[in-house]
Amino acid sequence: MNLALSDEQVFLREAARGTLSRVKTLEAARAALDGDEGALPDLWPTAKEAGWPGLLIGEGDGGAGLDAFDAMLILGECGRVLAAIPLLGHLLASAILSDAPAGAPLLGPLAVGDRRAAYLPVSPPDDISGQWSADPAHGVERAPAPIAAGSGSEARVGGELWFVPDAPDADLLVGVALRGGEPVGVAIETSADGVTIETTRRYDATRSLGHVSLDDAEALVLDAPPDSLAAAWYLAQALLAAESIGSVETALEVSVAYAKDRHTFGRAIGSYQAVKHSLTEVLRQLDNGRSLLYYAGWARRGAPAEFPLAASAARSVAGRALDQAARTMISVHGGIGATWEHDAPLYFRRAQLSRRLLGGTSGATDRVASELMAQASAA
Amino acid sequence: MDLDDTPQQAAYREQVRNWLEQHKPEAPVLAGPNALREESEIIAARRAWQGKLAEGGLAGVTWPKEYGGQGLGPIEQVICNQEIGRARVPGILDAIGVGMLGPTIIAHGGDEQKTRYLGPMLHGDEVWCQLFSEPAAGSDLAAVQARARREEDGSWRLSGQKVWTTNAQFASFGLLLARTDSDVPKHKGLTMFIVPMDAEGVTVRGLRQISGEAEFNEVFFDDVALDADAVVGGAGNGWTTALTTLMFERVTIGLGSEGLGYNSARFARAIAAEEDAREDPEVRRALGEIGSELMAVRFTGYRTLTALQKGQVPGPEAGLAKITIVNGAIRAGDLIADVLGPDALSADSEWAYMISFLPGLKSAGGTEEILRNTIGERVLGLPPAPRLDKGIPFSELRSQEATAA
Repeated sequence: MNLALSDEQVFLREAARGTLSRVKTLEAARAALDGDEGALPDLWPTAKEAGWPGLLIGEGDGGAGLDAFDAMLILGECGRVLAAIPLLGHLLASAILSDAPAGAPLLGPLAVGDRRAAYLPVSPPDDISGQWSADPAHGVERAPAPIAAGSGSEARVGGELWFVPDAPDADLLVGVALRGGEPVGVAIETSADGVTIETTRRYDATRSLGHVSLDDAEALVLDAPPDSLAAAWYLAQALLAAESIGSVETALEVSVAYAKDRHTFGRAIGSYQAVKHSLTEVLRQLDNGRSLLYYAGWARRGAPAEFPLAASAARSVAGRALDQAARTMISVHGGIGATWEHDAPLYFRRAQLSRRLLGGTSGATDRVASELMAQASAA
Repeated sequence: MDLDDTPQQAAYREQVRNWLEQHKPEAPVLAGPNALREESEIIAARRAWQGKLAEGGLAGVTWPKEYGGQGLGPIEQVICNQEIGRARVPGILDAIGVGMLGPTIIAHGGDEQKTRYLGPMLHGDEVWCQLFSEPAAGSDLAAVQARARREEDGSWRLSGQKVWTTNAQFASFGLLLARTDSDVPKHKGLTMFIVPMDAEGVTVRGLRQISGEAEFNEVFFDDVALDADAVVGGAGNGWTTALTTLMFERVTIGLGSEGLGYNSARFARAIAAEEDAREDPEVRRALGEIGSELMAVRFTGYRTLTALQKGQVPGPEAGLAKITIVNGAIRAGDLIADVLGPDALSADSEWAYMISFLPGLKSAGGTEEILRNTIGERVLGLPPAPRLDKGIPFSELRSQEATAA
């Protein structure tokens, strides 16, 4: 038993922190919110230089051959400073491709970041719906998964996917479509006929989103095993959880520093129980989220049958932790925490949007219940 | 990062599992139609079982070999606990003695004390209890008022009251924190004693709780005579000695909290058995939130264990796990009772018992409020609230409080 970071992982994390500290990401996030889209620095060259695009691609295909937990460490660092890097979609797409022999020829340029991929998020069936489904454009009903027609290694895909992370300016889209009711992996060039990606921003300027419309678009069918297609969805939950926990860390650190510094009635506000206890509540949720990230990071390869539960639990706890941390960050700072100039609203915006993407925090929570009850019934 | 056993750990697990398979028929039966019913029978059977576990090397796993332990690490302790749980047999009866008080004596006791007390404690021949908390000293433990006065011959006379004492009704000895000097600030005038529970002047009274059961006791001391060699860790050093016990308490909570039975699988089983509830979105949301937090505690325990293996001392953040468990179980009890209706509150329901037990557990081992204070100050580094008791002799403090009242 060893549930701690290796020396290599600590080094990877510290290197990422150092790299990202040289960019004024928070100032850029605020300027972009003010309408200056050009204020967001292009961090892809930075990611390429650091080798992040190839994290989950095997060394034989030009990647680093690392595992989910290493990717989670990088996304945690991105989350700490709200860095706008289109890594989430790219890593998920590369994970599916790496599990499919047919995807191998595509990996080389993705591994070094010369091409960029995005993941089409489609969630596997649960105990109630029995259907693969996608996030809806509006409302609470899940939307249908894309449909693939044709046989063999080529297919034509049709469908709509809303709020797809990192889709704008991607070269390749990788995800799941249903062919004859069965899930198959598909890879679609964004330059192909019938592919439209509409760039979308919602509330948090650092999050690149796109509405993807596929109209009889030519696709390569990926021979990835069905479990691997489902695992991509859970990896998405784990990576978003990791990114959120990174944001919680910063929100808590900044709040604690202010609570030590700011005095009222002759003493630091952090000495008052009401403030102290609200900050320890953030720490409690942060610590729970971190423990579940360790579980998920280990389970993806160490206990694949537990990965859906581990990753969903991590997302559920991390998502709620970020809500709590962002609101606490604002309230501990008092009125100043709710002003445009402060960083707290940037973390609040991140929390508000994240909780509603990729099935939502509540979707992950429901999945935890689904998985736990399935285990209980099987025992 | 790896949750699997190393080859050595797997071999140890195999050895423990074999021993348990071989000796399971000798274990006391505590549930089902053939279960023991009388408390005295249960206690006797569990003491005998603890003796067998000790002979088999399944008790005192982390104790040094010279005191009858196995000299192994916390990881082996956890493996042992896991296998005992898997075999569905009771663990040791005196978890407080072996887990917290024995290690305190090993750390601070004299050679004669170690020779005299540790063996019978480990084997369940003499059960121990922890005599720290008082009616007016819980979160503020250093405010204890039980008084021990030194006689001219070096012996002591003890008077006062303790409360929340588990196992006192059948314990042979207690480890007791008493005030021996009221003229110095409160943390300085304390001394730790070993008290024979059959001494003249010791009265144990059961303390019934919400469930109607008496899981704890009040213990009264009326001019009890203690020998000079009853002191552990030196007169006036009681606070340091007590901190050692509390550190081992954190280890016990951090590694053994799952043993309380408040886990996600148990609660999910109860909901899954109810056809309508298992598809109800509100029920699922509550179960998902509770279940994910309780799962987190298991892996926090593994992180603690990893730190212990590297020789790090567990900090106060283990208290966060306790807060998560207790509040999660309280929510789970409410959820399950909402689903089952009033039947969940019938006298023989496991849920009625749990629902009754948890409000008290919220304060046990440190109230949620004092845990959050400690963690806020020692982990986050937030400043403490101003204190009115610093540097003031205990006797003056008492008179100040009386005036203020």
